[in-house]
Amino acid sequence: MTLALETRGCSKAFPGVQACDSISFQLEKGEIHAVLGENGAGKTTLMNIIYGLYDEDEGEVFLNGEEVDIRAPSDAIRRGIGMVHQHFMLIPVFTVAENIMLGMETTKNGLLDEQGAAKQIREFSHQFGLDVDPNAYVKDLPVGIQQRVEIIKALYRKADILILDEPTAVLTPQEAKELFEIMRSLAAQGKSIIFITHKLKEVFAVADRITVLRNGRVVGTTTPGEATEAKLAEMMVGREVILTVDKGPPELGDVVLKVEDLVVLDDRRVQAVDGVSLQVRAGEILGVAGVQGNGQTELVEAITGLRPVLSGEIEILGHDTTHSTPRQIIEAGVAHVPEDRQKHGLVLSYPLVDNLVLSTYYRPPFAHGLLIDNEAVDEFGREVIAEYDVRTPSEYVLAGKLSGGNQQKLIVAREFSRPSELVIAAQPTRGLDVGSIEFIHQRLVEKRDAGSGILLVSVELDEIMSLSDRIAVLYQGKIIDTLPASEATRERLGLLMAGVHKEENK
Amino acid sequence: MTAQSKEMTAEATSSWLRTLVDLAVPVLAVLTALAIGALVIWASGADVVAAYKGLLEGALGSMRGITETLVLATPYTLAGLAVALGFRCGLFNIGVEGQFYIGALFSVYVGYAVKGLPMLVHVPLALLVGALGGALWGAIPGFLKARLGAHEVINTIMMNYIAVKTVDYLVKNPMRDATSTIPRTPFIERSATLPQLLAPYRLHLGFLIAVAAIFVVYWLLWKTTLGFEIRTVGANPDAAQYAGMSVTRNFVLAMLLSGALAGLAGTSEVLGTNRNLPAAFVSGYGFDSIAIALLAKSHPFGILPAALLWAGLRQGAGLMQVRAAISIDLINIVQALVIVFIAADEIIRWIYRIRRPKEEIREVVFTRGWGR
Amino acid sequence: MTQATGFRLSRLQVYALLFILLGLLLLAVAQLRIEPEQVSTLGFEKLGRRKVPTQLTVTALGTLCAALGVATYALKTRGGVLLLLALSAAMLGLLTALAQGASIDLVGMLASSLRMSTPIALGALAGILCERAGIVNIAIEGMMLAAAAFGFGASLFFENLWVGVLAAMVVGGLMAALHAVMSIRFKTDQIISGTAINILAVGASGFLRRAYLVQAYFVGKTLTSIKIPLLSEVPVLGTIFFRNQPIVYLMLILLAALHIVLFYTPWGLRTRAVGEHPLAADTVGVNVFRMRYINVIAAGCIAGLAGAWFSLETVGSFEDLMTAGKGYIALAAMIFGNWNPIGAFLGALLFGFADALQIKLQILNVPLPYQFLGMAPYIATMIVLGGVIGRTTPPAAEGIPYEK
Repeated sequence: MTLALETRGCSKAFPGVQACDSISFQLEKGEIHAVLGENGAGKTTLMNIIYGLYDEDEGEVFLNGEEVDIRAPSDAIRRGIGMVHQHFMLIPVFTVAENIMLGMETTKNGLLDEQGAAKQIREFSHQFGLDVDPNAYVKDLPVGIQQRVEIIKALYRKADILILDEPTAVLTPQEAKELFEIMRSLAAQGKSIIFITHKLKEVFAVADRITVLRNGRVVGTTTPGEATEAKLAEMMVGREVILTVDKGPPELGDVVLKVEDLVVLDDRRVQAVDGVSLQVRAGEILGVAGVQGNGQTELVEAITGLRPVLSGEIEILGHDTTHSTPRQIIEAGVAHVPEDRQKHGLVLSYPLVDNLVLSTYYRPPFAHGLLIDNEAVDEFGREVIAEYDVRTPSEYVLAGKLSGGNQQKLIVAREFSRPSELVIAAQPTRGLDVGSIEFIHQRLVEKRDAGSGILLVSVELDEIMSLSDRIAVLYQGKIIDTLPASEATRERLGLLMAGVHKEENK
Repeated sequence: MTAQSKEMTAEATSSWLRTLVDLAVPVLAVLTALAIGALVIWASGADVVAAYKGLLEGALGSMRGITETLVLATPYTLAGLAVALGFRCGLFNIGVEGQFYIGALFSVYVGYAVKGLPMLVHVPLALLVGALGGALWGAIPGFLKARLGAHEVINTIMMNYIAVKTVDYLVKNPMRDATSTIPRTPFIERSATLPQLLAPYRLHLGFLIAVAAIFVVYWLLWKTTLGFEIRTVGANPDAAQYAGMSVTRNFVLAMLLSGALAGLAGTSEVLGTNRNLPAAFVSGYGFDSIAIALLAKSHPFGILPAALLWAGLRQGAGLMQVRAAISIDLINIVQALVIVFIAADEIIRWIYRIRRPKEEIREVVFTRGWGR
Repeated sequence: MTQATGFRLSRLQVYALLFILLGLLLLAVAQLRIEPEQVSTLGFEKLGRRKVPTQLTVTALGTLCAALGVATYALKTRGGVLLLLALSAAMLGLLTALAQGASIDLVGMLASSLRMSTPIALGALAGILCERAGIVNIAIEGMMLAAAAFGFGASLFFENLWVGVLAAMVVGGLMAALHAVMSIRFKTDQIISGTAINILAVGASGFLRRAYLVQAYFVGKTLTSIKIPLLSEVPVLGTIFFRNQPIVYLMLILLAALHIVLFYTPWGLRTRAVGEHPLAADTVGVNVFRMRYINVIAAGCIAGLAGAWFSLETVGSFEDLMTAGKGYIALAAMIFGNWNPIGAFLGALLFGFADALQIKLQILNVPLPYQFLGMAPYIATMIVLGGVIGRTTPPAAEGIPYEK
């Protein structure tokens, strides 16, 4: 049987890193083939080569047995390859119809024929069971529906091969299940699907075959029947991986963070946080679980003073900080590991030493009055970099040159080297390799054991479940339920994340 | 040597080389612009050699030439510093022109209206007031940006026009010297005049003030907490806010200081060079200061060489015009081309095949769209 | 970045408040500064002249304006129409007040406003085209200036005004091409590259004038007005719209054309896509670079047309810096109009009115120094910008160079 898609010996290097190293990969017609690997393993790069966004340095790509040279996405589309990216390629201010027909617009007398396109889309999407409203504006659609639009976009262009890049990153477990059903139905209709993920559990749910990538190389190809989670994890990382974190029971102290009936607006003046109440005590980790987009970002921003509060109260260590500035909150003894390390956490064009004093530069010993004591800054930098094992040739290297993992370690170093009774960690291990993830998890538990209270906000269920002492689930701006970690199972959390209340949960 | 330290030495040497090469780019930009200028001269039928000889001689060939170059360089230095300081905070202060005028206005008033003060008091007072005027004029768009998010580019340009018209009205009416045929303010008191440095030439204390300002700005930006904040806001306002700095306060502060420097430039011209404020006060410092700041890569220590170059071009242009009978506007074109090449230093790198270091990290980015 | 206050007014509400203020101001002026016996003569051209008691009229109009403002604030719907009425009331009130003891031809004022708004509207259209495609363009002023100079030069050389207009458009396009290359190919910061173009324009146009154009200073020939048969006889509207010089007509045509192209054609869809999310457009096969180049150069040609308005349609020669900041005011109009041609046109009309008013006031010998009158458009720009920023939606990806 001819393979729908095959790559032979594909390699691609970027400055300083070999993203893909002689990858040979085969996709059979009508199968769902999962490509598994941790962040940075080369999965997205390989797919971008196939889709024409990158040019391979070496190697060939074959479609249905024939060698092809794909130079641009338009080539890939013409040849029947469709890709649904991790970060959607949708234009928020356009309608669904406009997004779908972009590049191959339906026209009447030279002008856009939106009605005609809408009609076609309705028929089309119905055929695949992916109903959408063609006249809705994408920015008003929930994420799950947006993803459907992306899939329709690909199918509309007659894609036979669909590449889905981390599609479940933005879905609740329930929505993910729906997605898997859609994938199975498409495969049954003859489409071949490549499904990229770093989540082990998913591949067992939907894949026919699994290929594991590590450091840009193919480690092996197997099937769900033959593999176990542990084996796959080992293939992904190259050594035995401890999938849970070692920690003892919490030693609870006073309440360090109290949030009551908090209401916060997002950038579109919509209530993102809709009456949230929670508490964090010293010595415990409270994990806030929830799919991206349910108000986590705004909640963290409100607590750390980066976003104004519409109503409600925030109390940190007994002081009312509802309307405090970020500086006041930092001075109150709060450490904040931000969600977006390059946007908020670091100044990429500054050397490491300057980044390390970003929030403390104005206090002794770093400054006396107006004057900065550069020697003290440098000295501190050297100590902290060594202590937190940040890999860098020198303390004066610009932060932008560090790898993601080291950048995050730098931020953690800065935040944890201040005495702090409350730690707020938002997506602390997003996009990191396993080694860095383990390091940061360790440090968080250490902080907790040393008596700090930690608010951990993460979309990674595994992280929440392994680190938290208590788990609160955020859904559409409200805390649906809070439960002790011992009672939390994936299924239960999944239902909560989808908005199913505890009464129906039992 | 271990492998790692060998790598580090190689990294250090190559970064040294890179810095050298980076410095070469502005120089090449100037040379290329001059080359194109030569082409234009040749195309218009004039004598290229005579022209450029005249340029060089006019700027450096005589004591008068050199001191005049320095006189011109004084306001260029201060104005260039003003723009560079703004750049460091991510602000594009095109309003230097207006701040210059207002600074000149304020200081000339103190210069002629206040009588009976000793020079030791009068001069610093006038300087202070001039800087204050410029600071005020700069603070308004700064405040608008901080509170309303209005982009400073359009607002500062509007303030320029408003300043020009305001000064025009005031000089032609309430502040007019009744004894003069051309519209101008009265001459300032002797006690307010910046002393000459090298009689009989026009070079005055303002030049030393400008040089001192360079060191003050350097010290401010790299040795003080205020400067650290200003630079951080320019490099990454989101991170600055997250780390506790007040972005809005720094915007206003930077525009204030930038305006003060520009006001000082106008002040030094009034107190040292002209000793009055004519209605037809020479303009153009706005754009020149941007070029100088870009040439200097917004670093205070680069401002003086850049200002001297710019002043030299202006000063030499006069003699060039005489010697080769070409329009003085040619220098305008050359200067404009320098700016084009500096702005898109990629063009120079592309022409001369200088590779940009692959993972270059942008120091400051100010095009962030209108008011966000 | 987020703002410090939680309570925010919508655009409509800000304007409503502005009009309430304006109305109250007119009221105050009427009661405090106008003698009850004063009479203003308002000319409606063909429809005759009407003498109105100044104080009464201005009081009435001021009250009306304020009332409409309150209505807009409270009702929020139909706001656009109400504000337009409020604006008309305010303008009428202002003119009446200024005309005390004298006469003002209202139709003439409106016609002047349309005429003076032309370069601003064209500049705004150029800005919209550029920015919708994702390129920030503050060089419209420079493009206009260079076009005005070189267009005039060409008209002298070829002894034909229309060749001059064409040359102006070409020069505008060339300068835009430079901006495009710097921004797209060399990924220069777009505000810096725009400023560089402005500087180059000042230098080049000054050079041209002193080297070649000085001898032709007294030419003074401008494009002749065209009267559209039949339509130009319609009272009021006919005079305003159908008796104009060619570039004004071109402006109106381009206005409609651009609106249709941007929002109703595939080209417009792709242009907007490229300005909102170039990567998304790229992945469906739209050539981001090509779209940007073409749109920027087209925008330059439109800016060139605006330049021609100055030297070839209005003044009849070229003077240094004759564009006087209209290119920047055009940007304010663009922002005011939320990057829509129609909205930008309304903004341009407003600024055009301010210009026409300023000239009228000087003729009326209003006891205010001409310099302060001349500041009006610039102050207006700052106010408009301040009131509108943060309540507009610029193209999401503008200013960010696209990297493959």
